Amino acid sequence: MWTCKNLWKKLAPLARSSSTLCRQNARGVLFNNERRLPLVPQAHMSSGTPGGGGDNNLYYLLVGATCVGGGFYAYRTIKGDKERYQERINEIASRPNKVVPEQPITEAPGEQAAETPQEIAPVTEDAPVETPEVTPIVEEVSPEVAAVEQEDPPTTPEAEIATESVVEPAPEESVGMPDADPVVKSARSVSEEAVEQPSAPALIEPSVEPSPVEVTEEPPAPVEPTPVAGSLPAETAEPQTTTESAAEPATVAPAEVPAPTPVEFPSHAPYLLIGGGTASFAAARSIRARDPGARVLIITDEPDLPYMRPPLSKELWFSDDPSVVDTLRFKQWNGKERSIYFQPPSFYVSPQDLEKVENGGVAVLTGKKVVHMDVRGNKVTLSDDTEISYDKCLIATGGIPRNLQVIERAGEEVTKRTTLFRKVEDFKALDKVSRDTKSITIIGGGFLGSELACALGRRSADSDLEVIQMFPEKGNMGKVLPEYLSNWTTAKVKSEGVAVITEALVKAVSFKDGKVEIKLKDGRVVKTDHIVAAVGLEPSVELAKSAGLEVDSDFGGFRVNAELQARSNIWVAGDAACFYDIRLGRRRVEHHDHAVVSGRLAGENMTGANKPYWHQSMFWSDLGPDVGYEAIGIVDSSLPTVGVFAKATAKDTPKAATEKSGTGIRSESETEGTANSPVASSTPEPPPVPEQKDNYGKGVIFYLRDKVVVGIILWNVFNRMPVARKIIKDGEEHADLNEVAKLFNIHDD
Amino acid sequence: MSSVKEEGKDRVIFVTKEEHEAPSNAELVEEDPDDPYEERGLILPNGEINWNCPCLGGMASGPCGASFKEAFSCFHYSKEEVKGSECLEQFRGMQECMQRYPELYPQEDDKETQGGPSEKDPSKHDSAPEPTPTPPVQDSSPSTAPADTPPPSNSSASG
Repeated sequence: MWTCKNLWKKLAPLARSSSTLCRQNARGVLFNNERRLPLVPQAHMSSGTPGGGGDNNLYYLLVGATCVGGGFYAYRTIKGDKERYQERINEIASRPNKVVPEQPITEAPGEQAAETPQEIAPVTEDAPVETPEVTPIVEEVSPEVAAVEQEDPPTTPEAEIATESVVEPAPEESVGMPDADPVVKSARSVSEEAVEQPSAPALIEPSVEPSPVEVTEEPPAPVEPTPVAGSLPAETAEPQTTTESAAEPATVAPAEVPAPTPVEFPSHAPYLLIGGGTASFAAARSIRARDPGARVLIITDEPDLPYMRPPLSKELWFSDDPSVVDTLRFKQWNGKERSIYFQPPSFYVSPQDLEKVENGGVAVLTGKKVVHMDVRGNKVTLSDDTEISYDKCLIATGGIPRNLQVIERAGEEVTKRTTLFRKVEDFKALDKVSRDTKSITIIGGGFLGSELACALGRRSADSDLEVIQMFPEKGNMGKVLPEYLSNWTTAKVKSEGVAVITEALVKAVSFKDGKVEIKLKDGRVVKTDHIVAAVGLEPSVELAKSAGLEVDSDFGGFRVNAELQARSNIWVAGDAACFYDIRLGRRRVEHHDHAVVSGRLAGENMTGANKPYWHQSMFWSDLGPDVGYEAIGIVDSSLPTVGVFAKATAKDTPKAATEKSGTGIRSESETEGTANSPVASSTPEPPPVPEQKDNYGKGVIFYLRDKVVVGIILWNVFNRMPVARKIIKDGEEHADLNEVAKLFNIHDD
Repeated sequence: MSSVKEEGKDRVIFVTKEEHEAPSNAELVEEDPDDPYEERGLILPNGEINWNCPCLGGMASGPCGASFKEAFSCFHYSKEEVKGSECLEQFRGMQECMQRYPELYPQEDDKETQGGPSEKDPSKHDSAPEPTPTPPVQDSSPSTAPADTPPPSNSSASG
């Protein structure tokens, strides 16, 4: 007894401190081990009266020991978590090396339940790979392997379990799920378990790095799984068959789990560009220039590789080549021919090779639309349910042509005779229509409408095609050019052979007696065979909802800041971007050069540049050989303008200007050839311009907002854009714009 | 003599050549050569090469971009008497790469692209003909390239 008492006296403080320790640890252990909880409260009592008897002592000893043990256990768990997390991250990072990581964490089995919540949290959030894959840890969670798992196991053995879309008959990496007690799974154990799966065992290797291993259910798989070097989308491989042959020794990637499944596309792209147009291509180029070895994936829903749009409504129509519709080649201003495609197919890397190719590259996935974006998880979902994760993403989805409601409601007979012009296929279709019909009506008097009208008008010179253009404004480019110039332009368009109907509001459209009948508000009726609606562009912002991105209500499009950023890893460029222009305010620009400039800027910012939109993009238009202009900034006809024109001389036409400077605008051949024909569509009179009074041969027009020049048009004056850009950049108030106009030397060529 | 017309909110001035001969008194803001926002030419203010210069077209970003960068960097930093003489290896490598993509890097012509750009880089001029396909950027983005590029014709920006 006495000994006990003494012993107790000695132990008491120890017991007390251990109980405190216990209490503290208990909190940590709490989550892990509820069971132990009940013991804790007991500890409180120990600090009270030193209980009396040996029993109590023993009791306290036991409690103390248990608490210490629990504390130790908890500490180990937490530390283990960190390690495991770190391992996983490292594995992910070393993924490209396809190194086999060490044996996965192996914790005491008892941890399962406990781990689950914690594990998933850190890992899933951070793994660049889709969540589903990470969940493997939680194998318990059933094989969600949702239909398409792009797997790309973060090389953790567990990952293998990850799941490849179970959907496929192919025995993907086995989802060891079915059995196994998750958590502690070593690669080997997985393989064992996977034995059931046909071919799986043979295929599974400790580190699965089958990035190329993909499962796709779709036939329209862009690329052939087997290393068809450089071949690009377009082919419809039979992904299915390859998928089926599970045992296929996926030769695609070196040392890895041979893709039992066809590699359709990468499951992760460091740089993901949604949309395959001008902005996207410019960004890809910028990224590749700045980040050596970058791997860029472009996803487009069009079947074509990135191409430039302007020639579709201009140069391609003036080509002498009858097969232009197939070759899509045109003559540039310097006389050289080129294709509308930015680069030929050999420039691109095939999607499945993207992750492996030594110096990286740009891959294009055609015919796929991104339908959902998970910003938190940094991944997108395609229309075929494939998921692709990214590090940085660019949205360059552009837009789709608007249509008139009256046409949409007019019934199939009308809609099938209506063209909404934007893509290559629209060009091809319209070209055919122009040869097969007798009358085409273009609704819309802006850039596209006027350019198409001139192009078709030019074509009508050689055929009996009737070309009509109608729009609500008073003249062509009515929303851009000041009235006097718009009127002048309209006269030119008319001389190209187009019947222009101004102040025309379409009230109803119907199909009658084999003709499309357009009824205008003022009663006029126009009968035609085909309609081309060029009434604007609707920016494609469908992803805004799933991605949680802001859409601008004034201009439409995704709202982004001056650096074109929408959210941390997401940028938007091109037609779809409503950005903040430091000089000119918030705007959205639908021009080619803007797509290039903004795409390039976005690419720079995606590689860390952090530059705002500063270099002002420009645009230009040519409406026949006599009317050509370049413009920059905000060119809105509702603003007050000051135009400074040169009193003309014979030398002032785009044709003359280009001949002199060697910058050929377009196929002059045509112009010259038909110069003498009686048909008005050819060049109106040669040089001697009409009387000076109304002659706006060449000059500069300034658009003012609060006395500051915000936009400039260089009318038939070329190669002066840097000066114009400088004036806008300065943003100064100039007292006499005539003085500013002097800077342009409009009288010179 | 110039004439001025007012058409509502729009003012129109017709001027003769003589009138515009007198130097302008319009004031322009002085340029800051170190402005970080400005588009840069081929060589950055700190002496490095701007791989993203539109003047390079797609040279630095295509499949042979890596070898092009090596060759050109070697040339750029070369201090030899005959600049770039020690870079033959790199240029050879670049040429080999380019030969593998004849479609992208046509070997025959293209010694001159659109004036300006290639002039800035004689070495490139010699061994790496500026491929025709690349001008897209030049077509539209005047940025640094001599303004002549964009030209009113090429790819115009239509709606």
